[in-house]
Amino acid sequence: MKDPFPFSAIVGQEEMKLAMILTAIDPGIGGVLVFGDRGTGKSTAVRALAGLLPPIKAVEGCPVNSARIEDVPVWVQGAGTKLVTRPTPVIDLPLGVTEDRVVGALDIERALTRGQKAFEPGLLARANRGYLYIDEVNLLEDHIVDLLLDVAQSGENVVEREGLSIRHAARFVLVGSGNPEEGELRPQLLDRFGLSVEVVSPRDVATRVEVIRRRDAYDNQPETFMSTWKPKDARLQGKILKARKVLPGLVTPDAVLMDCAGLCIALGSDGLRGELTLLRTARALAAYQGHGTVTRDHLRAVAPSALRHRLRRDPLDEAGTGARVARILAEALPV
Amino acid sequence: MTDAPDPYARARAAIAVLAVDPTGLGGLWLRARPSPQRDHVTGGLALLPLPGIRLAPNVTDETLFGGTDLTASLIAGKAVLARGLLAAPCAITLAMAERCPAALAVRLGQWLDRGMGCLIALDEGAEPDESLPHALTDRLGLFLDLDGISAQLPLDAPDARLLEEARARLAYVRTPDEAVKMLTVTAASVGISSLRAPLQALAAARAHAALRDASTVEEEDLRLAVELTYAHRALPQSDLPPDQAQPDPPPPDQDEGEGATSDPETLTIPEDMLLDAVRAALPADLLARLASGRAARAAAGTSGSGAAKKGNRRGRPLASRAGRPDGQSRIDPIATLRAAAPWQGVRRALQPGVTGLLIRPDDFRLRRFQELSDRVLIFTVDASGSAALARLAEAKGAVELLLAQAYARRDHVALVAFRGTFAELLLPPTRSLVQTKRRLAGLPGGGGTPLAAGLQVAIEVARLSRARGMTPTVALLTDGRANIDLTGAANRPQATEDAARMARLLAASGTPAIVLDTATRPQPALQVLAKQMVAAYLALPRADSKRMSKALSGALEAV
Repeated sequence: MKDPFPFSAIVGQEEMKLAMILTAIDPGIGGVLVFGDRGTGKSTAVRALAGLLPPIKAVEGCPVNSARIEDVPVWVQGAGTKLVTRPTPVIDLPLGVTEDRVVGALDIERALTRGQKAFEPGLLARANRGYLYIDEVNLLEDHIVDLLLDVAQSGENVVEREGLSIRHAARFVLVGSGNPEEGELRPQLLDRFGLSVEVVSPRDVATRVEVIRRRDAYDNQPETFMSTWKPKDARLQGKILKARKVLPGLVTPDAVLMDCAGLCIALGSDGLRGELTLLRTARALAAYQGHGTVTRDHLRAVAPSALRHRLRRDPLDEAGTGARVARILAEALPV
Repeated sequence: MTDAPDPYARARAAIAVLAVDPTGLGGLWLRARPSPQRDHVTGGLALLPLPGIRLAPNVTDETLFGGTDLTASLIAGKAVLARGLLAAPCAITLAMAERCPAALAVRLGQWLDRGMGCLIALDEGAEPDESLPHALTDRLGLFLDLDGISAQLPLDAPDARLLEEARARLAYVRTPDEAVKMLTVTAASVGISSLRAPLQALAAARAHAALRDASTVEEEDLRLAVELTYAHRALPQSDLPPDQAQPDPPPPDQDEGEGATSDPETLTIPEDMLLDAVRAALPADLLARLASGRAARAAAGTSGSGAAKKGNRRGRPLASRAGRPDGQSRIDPIATLRAAAPWQGVRRALQPGVTGLLIRPDDFRLRRFQELSDRVLIFTVDASGSAALARLAEAKGAVELLLAQAYARRDHVALVAFRGTFAELLLPPTRSLVQTKRRLAGLPGGGGTPLAAGLQVAIEVARLSRARGMTPTVALLTDGRANIDLTGAANRPQATEDAARMARLLAASGTPAIVLDTATRPQPALQVLAKQMVAAYLALPRADSKRMSKALSGALEAV
């Protein structure tokens, strides 16, 4: 299989790209939801992200990618004792997947052929410390959504079934994409995504032509194309790593906290998750841009992505919440 | 507008282009009922340089992507993995593609994105709103509707050797920068927002140039490419009736396109001509379909989300049944072991030296669950002149409020309106509130009251949704003065008779219903109709829509 399309070669869609980079800097932001038209490069961006992410160190043979040997769950058999470098997992959660595949289940094969009670890890185990990608997330069946909600909240997957009692860490960044024309997303799941981005097809001809040109080059002259863009991806990866390093030392003035709270109150967003995500995202942005202090500008830049899906929404409101956020943003945080 | 191109030549060109570059074009959307013509086309697909595989929409994941080969594993005593069909590059022919569930469509789409092969979707949809899921339509470059091709003409296949040579030449075909620009501008000006379309057009142009033994993509290639890949996606700009809500973003400003043409130095191909090609290739009925059914398609594609109740995945547990694990259902290990236990002695005697349990494929027991299916609320709204005068606005308000409740309960909603001489399905079952709201807002009032026709459409929608595993409920909002019969003629006694007949039919289908009398004074005739429908009857007092919706939801809870 050929390399994924390079992340830096994606034309436009700046908000989506920035959101993905920010979650790579601070996975605690909690995932990205990309909603928009067909053929706008939603899945391309997610696949490209996989190529961009810095590798992780994990215990050899551990199905949940544990970082330290003492973190390996007790039920794991045959895990090694040394650490290996592996790419950050980006796991696809396909539509129509069964519960067993998601949370893991009794290893039927071993149970029947060897009479052993063993646990077969599911997709959530594989996605630990990485990304879980759901294409067409709004078409996902409700019972799978319930499972994800629970695990995304607690960061731990608990399996109590078929005589098994298993738990393992499942901390992942949830990335979903979909087309809003095909169905709505449940508000509970909406809230679990840290950032939400709306993408539209580029409207100007020059951008569209550029998209076609690059994609065509990728398809037909992959070597030349990759050699042009690989270094740019590598530079971007370097920036992400650097931002991760400076993130803990970042100064967050009290005024910024006040701004966060003020903005969320003005918007009437439910709960406190809005403030927390807004702050984390603003910090990640400051780190990414190489600033030592979080400022109101950072807040203003990330507020639409961090808050637009958290408003108590009137299901019949057509204008969309993006416009509402923009209006209140201008009022609450004047330049 | 130039003359419509010969459909026969079009089909031939499509097959040739697809045979040269199957992965670049993604595949073919073939809309045709089984017929000799269709057989000619599918026969021509044997020229594709990929092994062909035929699938039905109910194919399991294990067949597609591989998994454990159960029988072989049990015999060998260890896991034997079977390769999935999609592991190797191939050309898939998907039969009955209009029944393709969303989950399968998404997975096939992801497979197509990897550039592993191409997909030929045989769309046998009989109704305009039966169509391929969007995840597929966007990825299939070519579209053929075989209505126009006469059965007598056999489709003579392109020469296999010629195709072979063209494939070898494909990599050397040069594409001028203006050609790329041209294709993109054309796509934008006919309202195609997806960026996959220009890429597929580019692939088609290149394949055609290779077929002609040309070293550069020229106008002729671009023309053909546009004709083959844009026609079915184009949004007719001026042909949309003004009252039709337009779910897609409006096509970009014409100015942009003209701005690009105003530079004659760099552009060698007049753009008008390309536009003509698209317009000319649009069959008349396709235009009508696009105009009327664009949103309908969007919804039809998603109906799979609420359907597909296999009864083995969730819900209230039932007793296990014998069966074969298919990757979708769950094995009940205890019941399986119980089924295998009595035979262990016999089997061990037959297979000496084997340790562990001896399980045969027919020992497997699968879990079953019973589940309540999703509800779909079919609003049948009277938009006739009398209703419009009376309380159409109020009825709309009530429906909107109910929509908000349906949203909270994850119900599906369908919208049928009747006025003038006929009834139409404004919105097939969907969960998208935005669309429903838009359709409802754009509903005009006026004309006669074809009550029977309205009920007929509602019955049909109910039948279809039941076939998709949903539970339909009909809410009829009318003032009850039926005056148009089923034939569309103004004949009050016949209209009343027809309405009564339809009401009985609805009752016979076992669909729960509710009748909302929106007339200024309660209509006794409507009470009779409600009785015939075995439906709850609500005479709505003059009230604001909030109170109306309260009354309605109270009655619905009781249904």
